[in-house]
Amino acid sequence: MIEHARPFDLAADRCGPSSSPIIRIASRGLAPLIQIIGLYVFFHGHYSPGGGFQGGVLLAASIILLRMGLGFANTQTVMPSGWTVPLGAVGGLIYIGTGFFAVLCGGNFLDYGVFPMPWLDPPHLHSYGILFIEVGVTLTVMSTLVAIFDHLLDG
Amino acid sequence: MSWLIEVFLFVLMVVSALVALRSRDLLAAAVTLSLFSFMAAVIMASLGAIDVAFTEAVVGAGAVGVFNIVAITLTTRESRD
Repeated sequence: MIEHARPFDLAADRCGPSSSPIIRIASRGLAPLIQIIGLYVFFHGHYSPGGGFQGGVLLAASIILLRMGLGFANTQTVMPSGWTVPLGAVGGLIYIGTGFFAVLCGGNFLDYGVFPMPWLDPPHLHSYGILFIEVGVTLTVMSTLVAIFDHLLDG
Repeated sequence: MSWLIEVFLFVLMVVSALVALRSRDLLAAAVTLSLFSFMAAVIMASLGAIDVAFTEAVVGAGAVGVFNIVAITLTTRESRD
């Protein structure tokens, strides 16, 4: 078997920082841009292509880029590994909670028009309701993809 | 003239899929698989399905490629079959 250079440096059990300064600096510079684009995609998902799923994948991609470039241990402050699965559960709870809150207010499941906010007309209620749903979807997708990456590194 | 661009994209997609299937170097296979996903995304965008194209580009060319490369790093880079 031919011995190739590794795509990125992997220590015995965890991913270490990359040996190339170009990769380290590029990942540090690119990750905030990807996060801004992810938030833009998430907030403009009502009117333009995008939404919670795509925004969540972009946010997860920025964190995975940091993990690959700067190493596993150095990026625990960005997104701790122990938080990924609980955050995914919180996202699912936000989704379910928004749906059953509408049921409690006397409507159908995920029926945003019956939310008890009389200062908002129904179109705004629908807009904010779908925003809550997208928050849940974004949290779940982002933290689940990062959790998949972390557990892959665990081997 | 738009159909010429689409035929070019389709040919590039099929060629990248065949390269990903036939390649002995699994890192090259992962990269050409990402190219396949990206070409599928561009074809979907040219057909007018911007949302589907965006999802395909983000997931197929981004996340799945990264996971494939991590799997290669954890195992071996040479195909043995």
